[in-house]
Amino acid sequence: MTPVTPTSNGAVRELISFQIGAQEFCVDIMSVREIRGWTPATPLPRTPVFVRGVINLRGAVLPIVDLGSRLGLQMTEPTERHVIIVTRIEDQLVGLLVDAVCDIITVRDDQIQSTPDVASDLVQQFVKGILSMEGRMISLIYLERILPDREAEAA
Amino acid sequence: MDPLEAIKVTFFQECEEQLSELESGLLAMEQGETDSETVNAVFRAVHSIKGGAGAFSLEPLVRFAHVFETTLDDVRGGKLAPDNNVVKVMLRAADVLADHVRAARDGGVVEEARSQALAAALEALNGEAPLAPVVSAELDDMPGLEFTPLTVSEDDGFGDDFGFTPLAAGIISLEPEGPALRTWTVLLRPKNALYAKANETGLLLRELKRLGDLQVSIDRSELPGLAEMDAEHAYLTWTILLTTDRSQSDIQDVFEFVDGDCDLSITAEDFAVSPAEIGVLGGDEPFDVMALIQQAQAEVQAAPAPVIMAQAFAGPASPPAPAPAPLAAAPAVSVSSPPPSPVAAAAAVAPDAAHGAAAQQATIRVDLDRVDRLIDLVGELVINQAMLAQRVTESGVPRSSNIAMGLDDLEHLTREIQDSVMAIRAQPVKSVFQRMPRLVREVAAMTGKQVRLVTEGEGTEVDKTVIERLTDPITHMIRNAIDHGLERPEVRVAAGKGPEGTVRLSAVHRSGRIVIEVSDDGKGIDRPRVRQIAIDKGLIEVDSNLSDEDVDNLIFMPGFSTASSVSDISGRGVGMDVVKRSIQGLGGRIAITSRPGQGSTFTLSLPLTLAVLDGMVVSVCDHTLVAPLTAIIESLQPKAQDVRAIGPDAYVIAIRDTYTPLIDVGAMLGYRTTPLDPTKGVALLVEGEGGARAALMVDAIQGQRQVVIKSLEANYRQVEGIAAATILGDGRVALILDVDNVVAARRREKARSDAKLATVG
Repeated sequence: MTPVTPTSNGAVRELISFQIGAQEFCVDIMSVREIRGWTPATPLPRTPVFVRGVINLRGAVLPIVDLGSRLGLQMTEPTERHVIIVTRIEDQLVGLLVDAVCDIITVRDDQIQSTPDVASDLVQQFVKGILSMEGRMISLIYLERILPDREAEAA
Repeated sequence: MDPLEAIKVTFFQECEEQLSELESGLLAMEQGETDSETVNAVFRAVHSIKGGAGAFSLEPLVRFAHVFETTLDDVRGGKLAPDNNVVKVMLRAADVLADHVRAARDGGVVEEARSQALAAALEALNGEAPLAPVVSAELDDMPGLEFTPLTVSEDDGFGDDFGFTPLAAGIISLEPEGPALRTWTVLLRPKNALYAKANETGLLLRELKRLGDLQVSIDRSELPGLAEMDAEHAYLTWTILLTTDRSQSDIQDVFEFVDGDCDLSITAEDFAVSPAEIGVLGGDEPFDVMALIQQAQAEVQAAPAPVIMAQAFAGPASPPAPAPAPLAAAPAVSVSSPPPSPVAAAAAVAPDAAHGAAAQQATIRVDLDRVDRLIDLVGELVINQAMLAQRVTESGVPRSSNIAMGLDDLEHLTREIQDSVMAIRAQPVKSVFQRMPRLVREVAAMTGKQVRLVTEGEGTEVDKTVIERLTDPITHMIRNAIDHGLERPEVRVAAGKGPEGTVRLSAVHRSGRIVIEVSDDGKGIDRPRVRQIAIDKGLIEVDSNLSDEDVDNLIFMPGFSTASSVSDISGRGVGMDVVKRSIQGLGGRIAITSRPGQGSTFTLSLPLTLAVLDGMVVSVCDHTLVAPLTAIIESLQPKAQDVRAIGPDAYVIAIRDTYTPLIDVGAMLGYRTTPLDPTKGVALLVEGEGGARAALMVDAIQGQRQVVIKSLEANYRQVEGIAAATILGDGRVALILDVDNVVAARRREKARSDAKLATVG
């Protein structure tokens, strides 16, 4: 990987990339609080399938979102080798269930390409942009849209 | 927040404390405790408020407090007997004073008419007061003198500030040819403590200046050379010749806040201490501390020390902090002997100071956030400890091993820490109870009834969160007790009772809960009328067979109001059902007992805290849930013959011949699709909002446990049917059932299906 330096084309940012199935995704490292192993979650009634339930994070109740399910991929069958990425979304902490964490990557903003106009609404909704890294394609997740929309759910 | 604002905040906090002191003192006086200690406590409260308010230039507050203080001073001086009438006026004045304080704090305005009316009432008390020997010697010499209180606008620079000084005016009129000017010699010798408490002789002198003409001289004979000088030591003695028309106690009052921190003698000219041994400096000149210091500086040529001195004596640049006078008062008060003629105040000073010292309690103010953080952490510690203990047990370590025993000790310690931390948040219910006398006075005045409020168990402690939410229900119940419970005086007399009704408010701890009772000795619940109203409003069937208790409980039904005319006091569209709901919202219960002709008693039982909850831990399809114990009436194992199907998919259960809807919790929360066989589970009979009962089917009961409540909304959002979450001993999250919601959910589904039918049809 070539060292990245800030240019007039954009600030440098660090991203954490992770794997769900065969695809690779990433989120901004600044929104990641910690990474921990999977522990069984307590299911919540009347919630969308992608909300796996809540776990105890040192005394706080942390909801777990199955990111694969949320993105319209397959439901994850969690094992001990699965990983929860604890992220801060606005003022809430949310755990994202993913298969594995891959890498920390450093990119400039101008390296992030806009999302190609593909058919899937889910892709349009949750992928902020994509970047190409040594032949891998990594999708940048739109974190703020991960949690179920309050208004939409209430209606 | 800038420092002045911070001081102001402290001032208002102290005001609240002074106001409650004032109220409890006045109530004690009403009960006949008119000893000087009580009267002084009351006087001190008003005086401190006035003093602090003056520092912040809160004019309306100062004005009113001053009138109040003047009246209290008369009581203190024995010029006004604190009979019932007087105390009643003063209680109302205390209410207005409280309004003034709040208005000053929140930037509001007090209804001027009300304030003036009471100020006038207080003045009237002063006016009526027989002028007992104020300046006895002189009075005795002038028998048969007529006292006509004049509104003399003597230019003493004081009357202007406060509008009027009725007392002073009264005395002035004694002297036909002019104000009774006397010359007093005030010998002031500050101790180190006076300066250490940020008091300031310059300010005291300025206060004295407001009373009359001053001649100040200073004795600096004790002032050592700069080399030996201790910057924090007090070396100076002032001799002040004060020519004023004010009484000795007025002069004494100037020194109220430095009581005990200085040697003070106030003598009339005739007894004046000869200033012979005192080095007179600056004779007629107005006092000038800076000049003095400069002189001292000149005498000893040195550098750094005078700077410190100068700072210590620096002019009245910073406003004096509202000094916690009563607390700081040291027992030693030196009033010079022989005491001069008017000694009313002096006599009261010594026990006063002793009282202040006795009442001293070491307290600190702590930000509530910090306490809450501590409570959160301790909650986590408790969970962690339980997890650790469980892991150790699982690992097969014998109970007798050192590790297991150490863990037991740890458990004890953790519990103790938890209790102690919860105790920090615990507060006496006094703060709520104290608001009630005022309410009672107001409601009594509005309804024309005579009411006496008796409170018991004010010291009973309960968590702050509970306290905050107690005021409204208690207020409502007391209003109800006076408005609906007590009879008018003439009715009471006709019924053979005293004209004055009694409302009793009590609090007591009982088996880990706080029990609050509001009872009255009124007419009791008019059961035939309650029944009739319930029938008229369609709440019950005409022929329903209800026990007395059932009828009494009808008043908790939504939409019930017994007042024949909706009165201003309790008929605001909220009834006892609202009270009941808010009590249940706190995890409490409310009950009523009533005896016709003898009165009613409302009993509230509440948990001591909202941070933990007594729960029934149950299993539903391999999930662990917690049901709040307060909602559960009983648990039972249904027999096959008791469960009846009603309609296509609904079931009821017969409990002692009453059919109660059966709700399968597992199915309702979506944990299972095939309903549980009722005979294989346990039914929890619960009572939801508005008294609706239902039987909740669960698989099994695991036990009863106190759990720490954790919010789901903090990181997620509200979930229907779930009130909150908690963390169990194994570290897993368990959900707490929202019983109200579960019971009501059945009705919502019914409404939905009704709506569906309507659109189809």
